[in-house]
Amino acid sequence: MDFDPVLLARLQFAFTIIFHIIFPSFTIGLSAYLATLGCLWLRSGNDRFQHLMRFWTKIFAVSFAMGVVSGIVLSYQLGTNWSRFSVVTGNVLGPLLGYEVLAAFFLEATFLGILLFGFNRVPPWLYVLSAAAVAVGTAISAFWILSANSWMQTPAGHELRGGIAYPRDWLTIIFNPSFPYRFAHMLNAAYLTTGFVVLAVGARYLLAGRHIEEARTMLRMAIGLTAVLAPLQLLLGDQHGLNTLQYQPIKVAAMEAHWDGSKPGDFHIFAWPDEEAGVNRFAISIPRGSSLVLTHHMNGLFPGLSSVPASDRPPVKVVFFAFRIMLAIGSFMIAAAMYGAYLWWRGTLFETRWYLRVMAQSWWIGFVAVISGWVVTESGRQPWIVHGILRTADATSPVPGASIAGTLALFVIAYGIVFWFGIYYINRLIAHGPQKVAAETGRFSPSPISAAQDTGREALQR
Amino acid sequence: MEWYLPLIWAAVIGTAVVMYVIMDGFDLGIGILFPTARNESERDQMTRSIAPYWDGNETWLVLGGAGLFVAFPKAYAVIMPALYLPVIVMLIALVFRGVAFEFRHVSYSKTGWNIGFFVSSTVATVAQGVVLGGLIQGISVRDGAFSGGPFDWATPFAFACGLSLVAGYALLGATWLTMKTEGPVAERARGQAKMLLVAVLVFMALVSLWTPLKQPRIAERWFSLPNFYFLWPVPFVTALIAYYAWRWIEAGREVPPFLATIALFLLGFLGLVISNFPYLVPPSLTVWDTAATPASQIFMLLGTLLLLPIVLGYIGFVYWLFRGKVREGESYH
Ligand code: HDD
Ligand code: HEM
Ligand code: HEM
Repeated sequence: MDFDPVLLARLQFAFTIIFHIIFPSFTIGLSAYLATLGCLWLRSGNDRFQHLMRFWTKIFAVSFAMGVVSGIVLSYQLGTNWSRFSVVTGNVLGPLLGYEVLAAFFLEATFLGILLFGFNRVPPWLYVLSAAAVAVGTAISAFWILSANSWMQTPAGHELRGGIAYPRDWLTIIFNPSFPYRFAHMLNAAYLTTGFVVLAVGARYLLAGRHIEEARTMLRMAIGLTAVLAPLQLLLGDQHGLNTLQYQPIKVAAMEAHWDGSKPGDFHIFAWPDEEAGVNRFAISIPRGSSLVLTHHMNGLFPGLSSVPASDRPPVKVVFFAFRIMLAIGSFMIAAAMYGAYLWWRGTLFETRWYLRVMAQSWWIGFVAVISGWVVTESGRQPWIVHGILRTADATSPVPGASIAGTLALFVIAYGIVFWFGIYYINRLIAHGPQKVAAETGRFSPSPISAAQDTGREALQR
Repeated sequence: MEWYLPLIWAAVIGTAVVMYVIMDGFDLGIGILFPTARNESERDQMTRSIAPYWDGNETWLVLGGAGLFVAFPKAYAVIMPALYLPVIVMLIALVFRGVAFEFRHVSYSKTGWNIGFFVSSTVATVAQGVVLGGLIQGISVRDGAFSGGPFDWATPFAFACGLSLVAGYALLGATWLTMKTEGPVAERARGQAKMLLVAVLVFMALVSLWTPLKQPRIAERWFSLPNFYFLWPVPFVTALIAYYAWRWIEAGREVPPFLATIALFLLGFLGLVISNFPYLVPPSLTVWDTAATPASQIFMLLGTLLLLPIVLGYIGFVYWLFRGKVREGESYH
């Protein structure tokens, strides 16, 4: 059989990194939420915060474990799948990843030990400090890895000699043109994703009439957060897009399915981009919408896809639809958070059951938005792996397609098993809910989940 | 500078690898010994003795991989494709090991994840040994890129290395349990440690003789004069430490056997370095051939000098915080 190694290597990498990013999007936000709860507990002495913190810590443990193991896979896959890429960019990207390990991964992994197992061994302030250390660690991790990724989108601060990138100015490399936007947009995405999960869990409890006090706290905190961050995300995304227009105009053209750069761009609510013919079919559009957003001018012009040969275009449909999904979810988030804030202000938030019912079902929207966003970013960069420096097709390893296909199948099976069990266990932890007794029974527990199970059993026996 | 930097970096990465092998070695070893536990409460005691650390321990593997990418990107780009299959198998096994560790506590029936924990720990260990063996026996390189086939690594020698590592990690696990647990678990671990020590010595001897027989350049390194005058203490000290390790286990000592096992691992590593230096990708690419540009190595070295002591500081703190023994039945039922 004939396998295309480049395609397979891309599929495999896309699969494993999409699997990975699901967990950071949640753990970056959740660790910050844990630290916040801890601070509130220390300040107010109110045990409700402590119960909530301990409850979410158990869920955090499962998600974090899955994030770590899938991340380790990635750090080796750069070499196994993209060895040519490693040679060309190693001088520049290597240190960024190295700093991520030293500044972030050890911090997270070590203080995680205290967060999960130290409750009965350390004073409360140190326990909360550990949660904060983990939260800071995840944010630092995002800083470095996004700097690396942004350099692949908008390389700067380097020079090319013999096709290999050499560093010239580290600050320019780290703070390359798209990095500040990407970092802000992604970090905010992680907080939003977590906010909607917390919102969903709170709504689920209220609907079931369980854990009322905790559920109300969760709802208030989540709505307070998302009502600010969801509109902010629109703003950040808009600025991000303007930056992309400057450095990767063809990516933006693909996002908008804009073919002819000599005419102003319409904003297509729906369309079926025909990549052969270079036109859109079945388009439903807001005339000149894209021009208005991107150039702040009704008649503004921006480059179209037809201005470059087909071999230099990204896969238009993928980018176009992924972008639509992100925008749709972003708009839904704004509406949901604003309406929630309005209900809260009216004082009917906890009684509006239809709203709670919708929100209880919306825990997954942040994850889908994050994945779509990354698909826009990464597929939109094609055919380049490092924009303007190295093409994806030239970046692969000398590994036969059959090996990649075989291991891809292994990954799909392994991650499939791990993912469904993980979701199943997290769901069960949520079904058990926060336990008021757990914290007081100063018993050492080998794993946070087992503690959850115990107390679950206790609660049932009672 | 151009000459020293790669050496410094080789030392940094060597340290990361040694740290990983020792620290995740006892975690994986406990997985390998898992089927010998009698009941669920013993298994809980065993996992509890490593629960707060295993995540941090595994991070050394990331440092090793990232370190190679930082300092020797050209070696990273040759080794990973050459050992593609064992590396991926190792990674997938580590995924299962990590989640089995967490999941076995939640599922109502633990048997599945107990088996998963054992199998994945063992597979990951064998794969690591195979990676090591595959590296020692040499990788074919043309124009700075891997030029062999997908199964070049699959030799009896590589699998022998895999089995040696199983014995070695199991010994680390057994001596860790002797040190960190009480009751029947510690008792049984002591008995296992004796058998495993013998197995480790046999494997060490086997690999140490097989390597020079297979690789003339390594035979030359050890047995030519005057090298031999300087190198004979390495096997001698190994034998001495093994003898004391045996005595300490017999005498029921708790901490020294673990330390002696670490010493054996360090000596084994020293042997490897002696055999292969200055090659990073034997038999063709040296540390200098594959080094990143000095600017990158220096930039990262500054960070390492600043951050690594802090990292070691808080890792030490966590080990100190969870010091003491895990008692029998001190589990969650
Ligand atoms: C440090 C580097 C880095 C980072 C932080 C990311 N990526 Fe990426 N991504 C790559 C480095 C990379 C890559 C190695 O450069 C790939 C492989 C092929 C390619 O063109 O880029 C890639 C490809 C790639 C593809 C396939 C695109 C295609 O071939 O059409 C997808 C869907 C993603 N990535 C998704 C993600 C997601 C969900 C990320 C969130 C964590 C992410 N990427 C972050
Ligand atoms: C090529 C891309 C990536 C690689 C090679 C990579 C590598 C890794 C590795 C090796 C780990 C495990 C660290 C440990 O042992 O603790 C990890 C975890 C993590 N990664 Fe990634 N990563 C990538 C993309 C991303 C992105 C884009 C983000 C965030 C924006 C991210 C955020 C995190 C976080 C927060 C963790 C901690 C574990 C967790 O929260 O689940 N990673 N990553
Ligand atoms: C509501 C309006 C939004 C707009 C206008 C917007 C805009 C953008 C743009 C233009 C990009 C691509 C940048 C590039 O590749 O150069 C992007 C990427 C991304 N978006 Fe959004 N976005 C919005 C909402 C969201 C939401 C709600 C989330 C998640 C909760 C999200 C998560 C992401 C992620 C993870 C990426 C990839 C990383 C990056 O390049 O920053 N976005 N967004």
